[in-house]
Amino acid sequence: MDFINHQLFIKDINVHIDPILPKKTAIITHGHADHARFGHEHVIATRQTIDIMKIRYGDKCAKKFTPLKYGQKYSIKNYDFTLHPAGHILGSSQVLIEKNNHRLVITGDYKVGKDETCKNFKLVKCDTLITEATFGLPIFQHPDPKDEIQKLIRSVQINKNNCHIVGAYALGKAQRVMNLLRQQKYNETIYIHGSLEKLCQYYSKEKIDIGKFEKVSSKDKNFYEGKIIIAPPSALKDRWSRRFPNPIICMASGWMTVKQRAKQQGIELPLVISDHSDWNELLDTIKKSKAKNILITHGQEDALVYYCKKQNLVSKPLSIQGRSDEEIE
Amino acid sequence: MKKFSSLLHNLILNPSRNTKIKLLQDYFKILDINRAYALAILSDQLSFQFIKASKLRELVYEQVDQHLFDYSYDYVGDLAETISLIWPTNKEGKSQNLSTLIENIKKIKKSEINREFSQLLSELSNNERWTLIKICTGGLRIGVSERLVKTALADLYNKSVNEIEEIWHGLEFPYENLFQWLRNEKSKPKIDFKKLFHPMMLANPIDEERDFKRLDASEFQAEYKWDGIRVQLMVSSKSVSLYSRTGDNISSAFPEIVENTKGDAVIDGELLVGRNFKPSGFNDLQQRLNRKKASKDLQEKFPVFIRAYDILFYKGKDLRKLFLYERRKYLEKFQKENKTNQIDLSLIIKFKTWKELTKYKNNVHDDLNEGVMIKLKNSEYLPGRKKGYWYKWKKNPKLVDAILMYAQRGHGKRSSYYSDFTFGVWKENELVPIGKAYSGYTDKELLVLDKFIRNNTTNKFGPVREVKKEIILEVAFDDVFPSSRHKSGVAMRFPRIHRIRWDKPTNEVLSIEEFKKEFKIG
Repeated sequence: MDFINHQLFIKDINVHIDPILPKKTAIITHGHADHARFGHEHVIATRQTIDIMKIRYGDKCAKKFTPLKYGQKYSIKNYDFTLHPAGHILGSSQVLIEKNNHRLVITGDYKVGKDETCKNFKLVKCDTLITEATFGLPIFQHPDPKDEIQKLIRSVQINKNNCHIVGAYALGKAQRVMNLLRQQKYNETIYIHGSLEKLCQYYSKEKIDIGKFEKVSSKDKNFYEGKIIIAPPSALKDRWSRRFPNPIICMASGWMTVKQRAKQQGIELPLVISDHSDWNELLDTIKKSKAKNILITHGQEDALVYYCKKQNLVSKPLSIQGRSDEEIE
Repeated sequence: MKKFSSLLHNLILNPSRNTKIKLLQDYFKILDINRAYALAILSDQLSFQFIKASKLRELVYEQVDQHLFDYSYDYVGDLAETISLIWPTNKEGKSQNLSTLIENIKKIKKSEINREFSQLLSELSNNERWTLIKICTGGLRIGVSERLVKTALADLYNKSVNEIEEIWHGLEFPYENLFQWLRNEKSKPKIDFKKLFHPMMLANPIDEERDFKRLDASEFQAEYKWDGIRVQLMVSSKSVSLYSRTGDNISSAFPEIVENTKGDAVIDGELLVGRNFKPSGFNDLQQRLNRKKASKDLQEKFPVFIRAYDILFYKGKDLRKLFLYERRKYLEKFQKENKTNQIDLSLIIKFKTWKELTKYKNNVHDDLNEGVMIKLKNSEYLPGRKKGYWYKWKKNPKLVDAILMYAQRGHGKRSSYYSDFTFGVWKENELVPIGKAYSGYTDKELLVLDKFIRNNTTNKFGPVREVKKEIILEVAFDDVFPSSRHKSGVAMRFPRIHRIRWDKPTNEVLSIEEFKKEFKIG
């Protein structure tokens, strides 16, 4: 494991994983902006991640793209790379690096729970595990997302004169919320903020069931009574949201576990729907990976490092620049 | 319990006053015993400090690793919520009524608390657990005032909120007579006003720029604002009782007052420590606070007296509808008839213009008052903080520049931010902390400080972050005392962040010796 440094850089072959700055060769775990950036020479990722990067940054956001299927091997010198499903969002992957019989897995962002909008997480056994820790505290125990989405549906049924604006990240979370609504037989048109349109179209094209959706337009104010609108969190506080009739502000995020956080952000209906593993899933993954060496990246790493040490695992935090703890998609 | 906990959950998340009122009304519409419990809880009348925070921690440590709990508590910033989230849920038991639950808890024996209360917590859902802990530790902090609860009830039954307010302190759990009257089944409850604590009249801070332009100085009188604790003294031939501002009976802590006062009246005043009516400062008063009883020794060392501001009843006569200048005559009469070493009168400051009053307000020679009160001469005694009658005008605070040393995450609504700041001054080549503040800054300044702290942490001690010594804070404080408990030898009273001094280099900050000299600490 000495071959990779705390910035997820393999100096030997000049390869970075999810680098923040433009680099020569970048393996990208998924399309969120804190992982996928503009301007690398060579991007290696799943086909969907590459598609998403092109949608967000344009076709020329990298000079060269190498799409990899899950499990397909890519070698540079004596390093073998394979990507494996991470269950985080469409196209998201873990990176397995094999060198001289040492197996190292970088989970990227991942969740273990079921999700119809992407391929589900696959456990990869390894010697060294570099895991995320966004929700690395025992207070985070995500409830069943179906129950959470039912809260939204019930509120829509009761408050017929209000519209519900759901804050959800444009990539992944928004489409997951839409898909969860469909799973619960909510068949009305879902209205979306303009910034979600291209990504929603892409998900539809990839045959993910997000149902009928339409971009919000300057219709009569009352038109949106009783409707569900999905918007990126930043739009909730913006003037944009003022055009709607009696909006009830909702937010789909793992952070919504903590009432005080919801209150701070002015969220009236918090929906605990997360695309990251919760505490128990993190522990379970660490255990089942059989790794003896655990490195912990962005999030609440202190508690997880403490836990691993108690289990006699070698463990330390990896602080990666550019990722502060509470601004993660 | 499910209904009540979802009421609390919705109340905390809905900022709109009207929505809160509607939520409360929807709950109170249900005609059963639970709403009496709910009313008692929401108005902080349920005298039910069943379990202390320290005990709760003990219980949670039996369930989860102490370090993991501490990391989590630091993150969440609210004990009840941390426990409710981290507590391992067994199978949810059958849902209990709020009333049954509370009555069952009351029956738990002291020796059985650990087992029984833990068992109970395990059978509840997250949100119910949160609610139960809030109820049992007292102090909900959900952004609902007692007044709002009364307003919701009054509106629901087409009564005026002032009518409820008037009889409120005479009502008792389970409020049968209140609800019967609200539903027009019985007449308004009869209350013996003489025996009641009467909610106090409070002042609003003056807005110097706006208020002095529109207020006519000749219509007001001024008095010093004393830095003690506000009390209501009820004295009659049969008994003497002393109440705090919140209506708690604190008579037993101040036996010299109870034993020595005479007459028949209800007096509003300030409790102070001092001899011969010379107050000796809040630090001394603190020796007498938060005690149930006072030994002879303590009474001797720190004698108390009341500086009377106002009179509400005189010989059974209700004076509250009279004007302040008329009540003052009764107050002076009472004082003349019942001279003791326990009561003196608050002095009325003579002034003609607001500018003239400034001198008195900033009276630097007398450190013992905290400014002046400005009261409309024609003011009735109105409970609560009504606008337009009484104003407080505080002295300019003391200011010192200090260097930010440590930061910690805040609690409650600031729980995600590094918002508790420890700051210090120089002691030779090192810094020594002189205080800690968690208020005063603007939201914008908080964001800047939070960001600075996250990016400039040099060391971590559990939840505390040490930061690069670069930021200078101008700290405002009311007073500073010598203290043997602190390394610096000083303790500040009510320090808060006044502003960030971007312009000043750290080497211009005072040394601890200079600081002590400037603020006259031996």
